[in-house]
Amino acid sequence: MIGQALNRVDGPLKVGGRAAYAYEHWEAGQPLYGFIAGATIGKGRITKIDIARAERSPGVRLVLTHRNAPEQNAPDFSITSQYSRAFPVLNGPEIHYYGEPVALVVAETFEQARAAARLVDVEYAAEAGHYDFAARQNNAYAPKKVNAGLPTDSAVGDFDAGFAGAAVKVDQRYSTPYYFSQAMEPHAAMAVWNGDDLTIYVTDQILAEGRTCVASTLRIDLQRVHLISPYIGGGFGSKLGLHHEAILAALAAREVKQPVKVAMTRQQIFHLVGPRPTTSQRVRLGAGKDGRLVAIGHDVTMYTNPEWEYAEQTAATTRSLYAAPNRLTRHRLTPLDRQRGEDVRAPGEAPGLLAVESAMDELAYALGIDPVELRIRNEPARDPERDVPFSDRRLVECLREGARRFGWEERPVSPASRRDGRWLVGYGMAAAIRMHFQGTAKVRVRIGRDGIAVVQSDMTDLGTGTYTILTQVAADALGLPIERVRIEIGKSDFPESSGSGGSWGAANSSIALHRACKALREKIEHSAGEPGDLEAEGEVAGMWKEPAYQAYSIHTYGAHFAEVGVDADTAEIRLRRMLGVFAVGRALNAKTTRSQLIGGMTWGVSAALHEEAVVDTRTGAFVNRDLAEYLVPVNADIPDLDAIVLDGFDDKANVLGAKGLGELGICGAGAAVANAVFNATGVRVRDFPITLDKVLPGLPLAEA
Amino acid sequence: MRPFTYERATDPRAAVAAVSRTGAKFISGGTNLLDLMKLDIEQPSHLVDISRLPLKNIEELPEGGIRIGAQAANSDVAADRRVRTRYPVLSEALVAGASGQLRNMASIGGNLLQRTRCPYFYDTAAACNKRVPGSGCAALDGFNRVHAILGASDACIAVHPSDMAVAMTALEAEIELLGDQGARRVAIDDFYRLPGDTPHIETVLQPGEMITGVILPAPPPGRQGYRKVRDRASYAFALVSVAAVVAAERGTITAARVAFGGVAHKPWRSVEAERILTGQPATMANFRAAAEAAMAQAVGRGHNDFKIELAKRTLCRSLAQLAGELRRQL
Ligand SMILES: Cc1cc2nc3c(=O)[nH]c(=O)nc-3n(C[C@H](O)[C@H](O)[C@H](O)COP(=O)(O)OP(=O)(O)OC[C@H]3O[C@@H](n4cnc5c(N)ncnc54)[C@H](O)[C@@H]3O)c2cc1C
Ligand code: SF4
Repeated sequence: MIGQALNRVDGPLKVGGRAAYAYEHWEAGQPLYGFIAGATIGKGRITKIDIARAERSPGVRLVLTHRNAPEQNAPDFSITSQYSRAFPVLNGPEIHYYGEPVALVVAETFEQARAAARLVDVEYAAEAGHYDFAARQNNAYAPKKVNAGLPTDSAVGDFDAGFAGAAVKVDQRYSTPYYFSQAMEPHAAMAVWNGDDLTIYVTDQILAEGRTCVASTLRIDLQRVHLISPYIGGGFGSKLGLHHEAILAALAAREVKQPVKVAMTRQQIFHLVGPRPTTSQRVRLGAGKDGRLVAIGHDVTMYTNPEWEYAEQTAATTRSLYAAPNRLTRHRLTPLDRQRGEDVRAPGEAPGLLAVESAMDELAYALGIDPVELRIRNEPARDPERDVPFSDRRLVECLREGARRFGWEERPVSPASRRDGRWLVGYGMAAAIRMHFQGTAKVRVRIGRDGIAVVQSDMTDLGTGTYTILTQVAADALGLPIERVRIEIGKSDFPESSGSGGSWGAANSSIALHRACKALREKIEHSAGEPGDLEAEGEVAGMWKEPAYQAYSIHTYGAHFAEVGVDADTAEIRLRRMLGVFAVGRALNAKTTRSQLIGGMTWGVSAALHEEAVVDTRTGAFVNRDLAEYLVPVNADIPDLDAIVLDGFDDKANVLGAKGLGELGICGAGAAVANAVFNATGVRVRDFPITLDKVLPGLPLAEA
Repeated sequence: MRPFTYERATDPRAAVAAVSRTGAKFISGGTNLLDLMKLDIEQPSHLVDISRLPLKNIEELPEGGIRIGAQAANSDVAADRRVRTRYPVLSEALVAGASGQLRNMASIGGNLLQRTRCPYFYDTAAACNKRVPGSGCAALDGFNRVHAILGASDACIAVHPSDMAVAMTALEAEIELLGDQGARRVAIDDFYRLPGDTPHIETVLQPGEMITGVILPAPPPGRQGYRKVRDRASYAFALVSVAAVVAAERGTITAARVAFGGVAHKPWRSVEAERILTGQPATMANFRAAAEAAMAQAVGRGHNDFKIELAKRTLCRSLAQLAGELRRQL
């Protein structure tokens, strides 16, 4: 069962419109609708707020502002995970970032609430805020740690000396813009109070953390908070934590004594949910004439909210990617008056590999060595910074297999040398690497007299296929047909997991489930002859408690190959085909695996060519805050893209041999595309995304 | 809530009478108007739905042209055999716009009157003379990558987003209007206005006037083509576009039409380029000379500087393409 390309067990519910999302539950009766009014300055304070017109507007039942909102707990910044901290809203007249909620208007219909929200009259005393990342880079400081508790800096050998003495050097700066997840389903919540018990229908990747956040914000007992999130319309990190929608709905519902639901508009998501921080990265590579690296340096500066520090681990995988005796990585943060940064799919690797894998291409070009060969020459025998063995490192295999399948030997060796009609054609490649994480999870499995196994956990399914793979794991371990397995997830009252995020949900909950099923089988064997309800639990520990994770460097790997066309006159860049080959340990379901990988690769194409949230540095607002202007690839941009997964089993990672892969597809994908643009044109753009205006000046005028 | 009333017009005259109420507006496909209403940018108090009026036909005219009813769907016009064979530039422009679903809903009249995509126009917290006359223009010193390089003013640098209207400009279309004073026709080039000090007045349409159709004169001689340059392969507005018609005899251009999209407050006909091309050999040097002439007055505002060179190159390639097709036709 495990590994088979089973169709999504929740597929019919979803395509039939019968899977209820956070905003669509009716079992609690008719709710009221809340609409957020956001600040139109980026920093300052509210000097006057007049809600009289809004209150008189038809259908309005409540207008919450900082003047009547109940007191809430302040966030405790000593709690490492930002998603478990209190998240107070409307807690004072100060405005910290553009779009910050200044009021919630609750009315009988959505349209009434929206119209009344526009009638809230606010006067501000605006202060000069810092919104311009480029202008503030010199104000950067070193955080104590970066995301996932990883060290801020690392150093091995003597980088300066090694780099200075290198025969061939690359020393370049790359920049990446603000990127957003923008899942199809917006951030939405419906709160229902029942006495002291609060149920919130949410769209949330980690219910246990969401519950902690709600309880501590509202100062209520954790046991009184029940989060329900059976289906999620995509999250990509943007729903690891709850936002204003959930807290505002809860506050308002308590006030009006009726269910209240709140959804962000697409435009609001751009200001209320954190972006991937914009970065400036300096990459220095020093190598001998034979292509062997003697020095690798990766310095990253990114923005942070002044209070809610967030540091993406942008240079973290650079520590494990290639061999070199002298190494240096550093992360620095510069505060801007902007909403907090948050995890966006493949935090760290996505922007980091755009830079490092572009630099490797620059080095290959400077040396005149095949970029595939250059990477193979720098394959380390052990993790070069931790000095421990790798588990199941198969990067070279991915590179070779990808090169073979893609027809890499056909590549145009010198830039701007191949033409197909109006198109300049180029090939590019890049390596993919991503750290594998393991977090705690508990799963319960119960089998009744009807012979149906019911699996329960507070695990979530972002649309990635959790229901399906858990069905497979349970069917496999219990020897049952899949029709006799029922998965119940997405309720915080079920056994606690670490949810979905960091690509760890599939492995965490599968291992715990596998163990639960084994325990259940033992119980069944011992209870021979006695039919009845039996139940067992299984769990998995966090990686910090697993010796294998200390003894080994555990990653997933891949190699991307891309062919692009660049219009010789206009510099329009279009992907022609792309292939990724990946090593992920054991894949739990071939179909959902491929979907995750090709989705990730598409994100990579997007990061290289399309996406950018633009800040108006006068106000701090994001200018292009809808999906007509914030461009992501459409079908026509992704003509031919495929992902191949090598058969595998990482016995160091866990008993199932499976590792996280949801974010691997994006890692390095953008760099492969960027390198193909260089190969097509001879123009190297280091300021992402590579839009036609940046390439155009480098293209010669047509002669005919 | 901003309440509005709604009525479905039964015939064109009744529609015009119905829209004479203050605050009344026509609605056709609604693909632009409804978005703007949700964002509180358009605030009509009464909607006169003209989408079911019998104005969907495409008819042949005695002098060799065609008349397209204002309510014909963008997708139907693009697919019409007569349009595809005799006015390919129009068919290509329509298909280059929006998405399949939108083109099925969008009407010809609505397409002509769609509002700009300037992001500050969409942001009710930003200064915008087009939305609130006299409030200023946030785009002048703001993010203006998609803005105008020709014919702009210090009051507004927005561009007209339509692809279709650019092709119609090259085809010298006439817009057929019906008002309470009766019917009239206006050449498309006179229909749209430059922003000047009154960017909120975008056309010469009088209050209450309705577009009933578009007249295309007999097709001009030569090859036609529409080229749209954009940031992704589909479903994006033009950064720059070119509608061109070129006729040539033995390598010499005998007639040319050139219109640009994405560069101005209206589809931008370049008679300068046309003049330079006519009578000259179809060579890249002459195409470039025409492009230079077309952009002689162009000014960038920073982020949109690249459009000047992009427009020149796009024109050169369009002309070269059409000239090549003409040569192969012989
Ligand atoms: C996401 C998106 C992408 C798009 N991309 C493109 C693109 O790439 N290229 C492009 O050209 N367009 C694009 N469009 C715009 C699209 O072409 C227009 O929305 C559409 O053509 C408008 O037609 P409609 O019938 O829906 O107009 P409506 O929304 O009904 O009306 C628009 C305006 O015209 C007025 N009006 C309508 N009909 C008449 C009439 N007969 N007489 C007088 N006034 C009238 C209305 O009062 C209103 O002010 C896009 C739109 C969207 C939403
Ligand atoms: S360019 Fe025109 S539409 Fe845009 S903000 Fe300025 S006035 Fe408004």
